[in-house]
Amino acid sequence: MSAVVHPQAADNSGHAHADLHQHKQSFVSKYIFSHDHKMISKQFLITAIVMAWVAMIMSIMFRLQIAYPGESFAFTHFFLGDKWAPNGVLSPSMFLGLVTIHGTIMLFFVLTGGLSGTFANLLIPLQIGARDMASGFLNMLSAWFFMAASVMMLSSLFVESGPAAGGWTVYPPLSVLPQAIPGSGTGMTLWLFSMVLFIIGSLMGSLNYIATVLNLRTKGMRMTRLPLTVWGLFLTAIVGVLAFPVLVSAVVLLIMDRMLGTSFYLSEIYIAGEALDNMGGSPILYEHLFWFLGHPEVYIVILPAFGISSEIISTMSRKPIFGYRAMIGSLMAISFMSFLVWAHHMFITGMNPFLGAVFSFTTMLIAVPSSIKVFNYITTLWRGNIIFSPAMLFSIGMVSTFIVGGLTGIIVANAALDIQVHDTYFVVAHFHMVMGVSAIFAMMAAVYHWFPRMYGRMMNTKLGYWHFWGTMIAAYGVFIPMHYVGIGGGPRRYYEYTEFPMFQGHFMDLNVMITVFACMGGLMQIIFTYNFFHSIWYGQKAVENPWHSNTLEWTAPVEHVHGNWPGPLPVVHRWPYDYSKPGKPDDFVPQTVPLEEGEEDEGN
Amino acid sequence: MMTLLILAVLVLGLMVVFRLSRVADLTNELRGSRQEHITERTNWLQGRLMWLFGAVYLILFVWLPYAYSDVFLPTAASEQGVWIDNMYTYNWWLLGIVFFLTNIALFYFAGRYYHRDGKRAFWYPHNNKLEMVWTVVPTVVLVATIIYGIIVWNRITAAPAPGTMQVEVYSKQFDWTFRYAGKDGKLGATDYRLINAENPLGIVTRKALAARLAGLKEEAAKATADRDAQAHVLPEDLLKEKDKDVAHLNRMVERLLGLQALMEQDIKDNGDNSTYLHGADDKVTKEFHLPVDTDVELLFRSQDVIHSAYLPHLRAQMNTVPGMTTRINIKPTITTDSMRVITNNSEFDYILMCNKVCGISHYNMQSPLTVETSGAFKVWNIVLPVFEKPGAATAQVAEPAAGTKEESAAQTEPGTNK
Ligand code: HEM
Ligand SMILES: [Cu+2]
Ligand SMILES: [Cu+2]
Repeated sequence: MSAVVHPQAADNSGHAHADLHQHKQSFVSKYIFSHDHKMISKQFLITAIVMAWVAMIMSIMFRLQIAYPGESFAFTHFFLGDKWAPNGVLSPSMFLGLVTIHGTIMLFFVLTGGLSGTFANLLIPLQIGARDMASGFLNMLSAWFFMAASVMMLSSLFVESGPAAGGWTVYPPLSVLPQAIPGSGTGMTLWLFSMVLFIIGSLMGSLNYIATVLNLRTKGMRMTRLPLTVWGLFLTAIVGVLAFPVLVSAVVLLIMDRMLGTSFYLSEIYIAGEALDNMGGSPILYEHLFWFLGHPEVYIVILPAFGISSEIISTMSRKPIFGYRAMIGSLMAISFMSFLVWAHHMFITGMNPFLGAVFSFTTMLIAVPSSIKVFNYITTLWRGNIIFSPAMLFSIGMVSTFIVGGLTGIIVANAALDIQVHDTYFVVAHFHMVMGVSAIFAMMAAVYHWFPRMYGRMMNTKLGYWHFWGTMIAAYGVFIPMHYVGIGGGPRRYYEYTEFPMFQGHFMDLNVMITVFACMGGLMQIIFTYNFFHSIWYGQKAVENPWHSNTLEWTAPVEHVHGNWPGPLPVVHRWPYDYSKPGKPDDFVPQTVPLEEGEEDEGN
Repeated sequence: MMTLLILAVLVLGLMVVFRLSRVADLTNELRGSRQEHITERTNWLQGRLMWLFGAVYLILFVWLPYAYSDVFLPTAASEQGVWIDNMYTYNWWLLGIVFFLTNIALFYFAGRYYHRDGKRAFWYPHNNKLEMVWTVVPTVVLVATIIYGIIVWNRITAAPAPGTMQVEVYSKQFDWTFRYAGKDGKLGATDYRLINAENPLGIVTRKALAARLAGLKEEAAKATADRDAQAHVLPEDLLKEKDKDVAHLNRMVERLLGLQALMEQDIKDNGDNSTYLHGADDKVTKEFHLPVDTDVELLFRSQDVIHSAYLPHLRAQMNTVPGMTTRINIKPTITTDSMRVITNNSEFDYILMCNKVCGISHYNMQSPLTVETSGAFKVWNIVLPVFEKPGAATAQVAEPAAGTKEESAAQTEPGTNK
């Protein structure tokens, strides 16, 4: 596959003779102290799958309580025991704890660490033609920090006073004062330190991804020939590097308020029969700092998802992605603008209404590049020759859920409309659609698509179909009715609705519907988990390029080698989307195939 | 037992599925088929499933709000709410159209263009004109929408006309307290250090401040004496605790003295306009009433953590933040009684609920709101006791009048928050 190579271009990361590195490795150096990006990506993925299960089981437990308030469930009791689920009824404080940890895990550990960590590690070096990441050592550290942060977050579930329970946004003063809620004791401390570890790991990873993309592209791999996956992951890393440090500062100030008696976020508080000394701080300051990360964070979640679905939709439609440049342009526009919209989470905090107007406006503008992307996906499908692999199904599912979430975004971006639905289930439904489900679908798609690249074996396609359709139905069954719960005025983070006559009858029927579908969705993931782990050991052996894809990762041998390509590095001659190009014998032309005389390259 | 049974059936069922798929796999593998090789028949089937799913999805999407329409809130009960609802109507139509067009295109194309062997996809890498169209059109539509939105937003958040009636809504874990101005029509100054059983909102008047100071000084003296008495029997760490308490109390006294000086200065400078002179006739109550068709400015404060005052029927919401005062304008337009007729529900009440997670009983931090004619409102308001009756030592907080609806179970008596 790799054509003639100039000697100096053959190697750009110093592993002059990659194949010589294949000496026997011990278990520890291969699986734990690995510097190899492919192994590290597997570490991220497996950790994320474990964390996703934890967070999903939590969501089922709190959903059961919401739909059947006060009823006893052996399921809940099994996981939480007598202390947090006396007689099998979830306790109100653990309810808030579960909601908080569910959100935190899903957002940070599954969809940031899990999604970016796994696929940036796997795909960046392989798709740009590099031997490995710029710094293998930093990369290993980043995976360790991620795992340490995961362990610390899980350990907070076992402390006496319970885990952090103020919502994943941990707004002060609630998160500062253990008098206000028991979860703000040790549980909160662990939450904060876990986040600090997580962010350190994430920064090391991101810097590495950026350096790798900028410096280690193989010969011929111009930025305009990068697959959209790499673009998505690259921009994600940039956004992460710029946004996460601000969260660290917010968290550090919070830690100081909690431990050193400072008053960054506290002022004029009277609690538990006592007037506190703190004067002059402001919780609004925290909200600004938090959302300066918090909003870009949702793009950190969705940008890799965009990249992945673009790549898969193009490959499996056997058709170039429509508007490659516009896709890159929208990714860049979204990344840039994601820093200009944070205060749309704060319309009703008492912030100056003029700011509300400004942030409404910027938020509305960010919908433009998002809609361009949707139109381009749809046009890519048009007159395609679509192969419905499970990955393709999940990618189409991702586009459909992103449409719903994107449209409801136009409601919540509008400050005046947000007054009515802010902090109701409408918002919960909105962000699950646009970010939660969309990104999870993209992650699933990526796992099915690149599984042969990761493990050298195929996942079972039939089980993939069952998994997809079951998950798709469950996802819509959960989140479409949830919009109506919110439009009806149902606040989020409510332990039960029994205290309100207006929230009975059909309102509760919707809640039951949501919970039933949530349980179904959970069961569907058993199919996936089985398929995943079974295929690691017993799946059909993969061939080199199972999906007839153009990108470089499929030119490397199925068996992983240190340095990725046994011989010289591949050289790139064209953009990655030459599918069904007229005049070519096959419906794909790998990037390593030289241009013919007089042939146009779209990526020029 | 039942759960065990269900569990067993589930596990067995899944095992059967996995076994069957394994068997199917092995036979297929023997026939040389591969996981990545997806037959035309399968592609056709998946394409049709896309159609089926898309159709069922869109139909259920319409059916659901129709069948569950009584979940939606009744018509907006405030002027601001009507503006918001009108804008919702416009937005739902806009989004609905885009939603249907894009979903139909997505599912239709997905099902229509399934893989056929020997066919080739259409080479269509870009079309600048088309892309320009779908950049410009959404931009124009979205900008128009948001300009409409900002106009409404500015109207809702505009500064109130001078002389607008003010009502304070005060939040604490886990209930609401309200304050109405007395004869002077103005709300008095507050300070959180004055909060105690008699003064749940910490209203500052000369009398209240003096009383609180005296109380605090006494407390400080007692704490100091207590500490000195036990100085040589207590272990060091406990003693440190006591020292801290004493220091805290002394600091409080210090600061209240400062506040007192500030107050006197303000009264000297502003005379009758000083906010420190407006508190005595304020009315503090656990009941929430508003007059219909009257512009009201609601002021929000919080005692402990962030709460959010959410009035879904009035389409109004604002966070209450410790350390600052937030505000909204509201003009209720439908009385509770009329709403009972409109909703055909004689039990109907407007509800103020907490909508920012604030602790264990967040889900039950509520208070009914009565909107009534201004005559009825005056009658209700006039009999509320004032904070400091001229001459009386301390004022009482009005208890909910007998016969009104039971308030939430978690509601504590004012002043029991020790
Ligand atoms: C198994 C599927 C899931 C179900 C049934 C589910 C359900 C829920 C529900 C009902 C809430 C709101 C609880 C409340 O406010 O009272 C919630 C909160 C949340 N979920 Fe999920 N969720 C699921 C998956 C996900 C995924 C994939 C993400 C990834 C982004 C996610 C992220 C969040 C976040 C960030 C919150 C906010 C937590 C908070 O209020 O602090 N969830 N989830
Ligand atoms: Cu945001
Ligand atoms: Cu509250």
